[in-house]
Amino acid sequence: MKKNVVSLILISFLTISTLYAQDKTAKTGIPSVNIKALDGSVISTDQLENDGKPIILSFWATWCKPCVNELSAINEVYSDWQKETGVKLVAMSIDDARTIPSVAPFINGKGWEYEVYLDPNGDFKRAMNVNMVPHTFLLNGKREVVDQHTSFAPGDEDKLFEKVKKVAAGQPLD
Amino acid sequence: MVKSLPKLLIVVAFGMLTAASAQAQTTLPFEIHGNFQIDAQYYLEDSTIGAPVVPEKILSNGFGNLNFTRGNFNAGIRYESYLNPLLGFDTRYKGSGITYRYATYTVDNLEVTLGNFYEQFGSGLIFRSYEERGLGIDNAMDGIRLKYNPWNGVYFKAFIAQQRTYFDKAGLVRGFDGEVALMDLIKSLEKSKTKITIGGGVVSKYQADQNDLYKLPENVLAFATRMRLTRGNFSLNSEYAYKYNDPSLINATASYPKGIYKPGQALYLNGAYSKKGLGISLSAKYIDNMSFRSDRDATGNDLNLSFLPALTKQQTYRLATLYPYATQPNGEVGFQGELFYNFKKGTSLGGEYGTNIALNYSRANGLDTTNTNDEMGYESKFFGIGDSKYFEEFNVEVQKKINKDLKLVVTYIYTLYDKGVIQGLGENYSTIYSHIGIAEIQYKINKTNSVRVELQHLYTKQDHQSWAMGLIEYSISPNWFFAVFDEYNYGNEIVANRIHYPNVSMGYNRGANRISMGYGKQREGLLCVGGVCRNVPASNGFSISVTSSF
Repeated sequence: MKKNVVSLILISFLTISTLYAQDKTAKTGIPSVNIKALDGSVISTDQLENDGKPIILSFWATWCKPCVNELSAINEVYSDWQKETGVKLVAMSIDDARTIPSVAPFINGKGWEYEVYLDPNGDFKRAMNVNMVPHTFLLNGKREVVDQHTSFAPGDEDKLFEKVKKVAAGQPLD
Repeated sequence: MVKSLPKLLIVVAFGMLTAASAQAQTTLPFEIHGNFQIDAQYYLEDSTIGAPVVPEKILSNGFGNLNFTRGNFNAGIRYESYLNPLLGFDTRYKGSGITYRYATYTVDNLEVTLGNFYEQFGSGLIFRSYEERGLGIDNAMDGIRLKYNPWNGVYFKAFIAQQRTYFDKAGLVRGFDGEVALMDLIKSLEKSKTKITIGGGVVSKYQADQNDLYKLPENVLAFATRMRLTRGNFSLNSEYAYKYNDPSLINATASYPKGIYKPGQALYLNGAYSKKGLGISLSAKYIDNMSFRSDRDATGNDLNLSFLPALTKQQTYRLATLYPYATQPNGEVGFQGELFYNFKKGTSLGGEYGTNIALNYSRANGLDTTNTNDEMGYESKFFGIGDSKYFEEFNVEVQKKINKDLKLVVTYIYTLYDKGVIQGLGENYSTIYSHIGIAEIQYKINKTNSVRVELQHLYTKQDHQSWAMGLIEYSISPNWFFAVFDEYNYGNEIVANRIHYPNVSMGYNRGANRISMGYGKQREGLLCVGGVCRNVPASNGFSISVTSSF
């Protein structure tokens, strides 16, 4: 009986997923979750804004080397990207209580200019279905997810910028 | 958890199914998202590295999440399957089932969660419920949680729940936490440069006393207070926790096998200063008898309520993970200092592209205690540093961009590691002193192709003596990577144990999907994330991993 109930529920969810999967044009906004600013204040993800311009939302951690490589690579060209497209990068740290105290000194030591927030117990990470870092989302001016990728290899930043330019110009991504 | 599948979930699922069917032709009334991961390994016998025989040959861990959202309403489930659990994971995970299901809604700043949830009070000294799937840690709560934000800057949380342990749940835990961000609550402080947040919480657990010999406390209370102050480039963080008498298997002694009755205490302090190009962080922590679990007989990583991470650098280079520190919940005093500095472009040390350095020093000692030979176990001096040094580490890392395409990272690490204490093995293990040197070279061949090389060396006269490691990784942006590495215990005193651990791996990424596979030998060792570790036995075989999210 218990097994039947479980199967039934799974089938229900699968059915819904299948139905929904056919609707490929649907875009999704970012869920509303509380995160923390570096000064300790609580911020809702609803407040992540960029005046109708694209946002790069990058989940990272101080101990994650590919994450740091990605953010370092973007940092070198960030001011050009901003000038050309008005894009903003939000660096969402998933560091926990062990490494949170290092986040602000780490960013400053690197000289990064990003907007940085903390997700200490993974609430936002879970809501965005992030399995592992780095996981980077591209949001359009309406804060809808239009692209995402995991992991980082040198050169990925150029491909990301091609997409940012399209999104900033209001063009569809293929 | 499958056993006690609540009606709530059935109602929610059917509600959604009905709604979905009714409106499938137009648009769905809610959004659906999820993710999925499976890790599987085919094990080969290999007695030379001490790999255990795996009768099933193939083992796997997998899970999938589905989340539904509509406006202020969220619901979701996670299905987990361990057929059978990978080596190194607790065999109590064996099986499949729905281990997480919840429904949440928010109305007028009140958030109500029914079912499973993760939560953390402050930095987690008395309460953190979280998941670290790669380590097999998931102490999710199952019950009811309320979060209320009555005024700007004021946050309350309360819950009553049981805690997950593998495919079961245990304990009865109640908690309340409040936090006030003064700059958000009080209008006149809004523009002040000094920002202060204060908070505090209490957690109480209940467990019946079924022991005839000892009178064990059935309700155990712990509380914690915290403050965060920032002013311009400075920040100061503090948190203090106290736990009433809580005899448990973790603080048990030979004379008190059900545990001692001494209360527990913890204090954590951090000060940081940073401005562009410079960051400094200094931390201290004191932990005395602070293991706090929803079951007094739980051990290992089971049923933890308190989260006591190590105050040491989180290492990522392979050989630097050979001797990782793990917090000693029964008592330790730890310190950590960190410095990040960027030598600007155009200066003599900065060169054409700037030079980045990071220094880290940390140590952990035992407490200064006196045995009392009674049910209290011992007396300890508050923040008294004991003579025994459990761990000490010094790291220096220099990153230098040589030209547009070439980057160099050089690292030196000195470690002192008391294996007997840290791994709980007893006194027959000598302290290990190791020196590690690492060079990493990243070269971008062109816009899509790049290569990364790591050369690592660990020198020690103790334990298994010296190791060398080399890695070559080739990436083709944005889809492919290929890697080869070998760890070699070349310095082992026993010639037969001078073993190579070669590995080859490759991966394919596309959007939010990733498939990777590898073949090779893995040494026995501690795998640690966030200061929590699990022992992974040696293995030889073929592994595959698929992750996906939508």
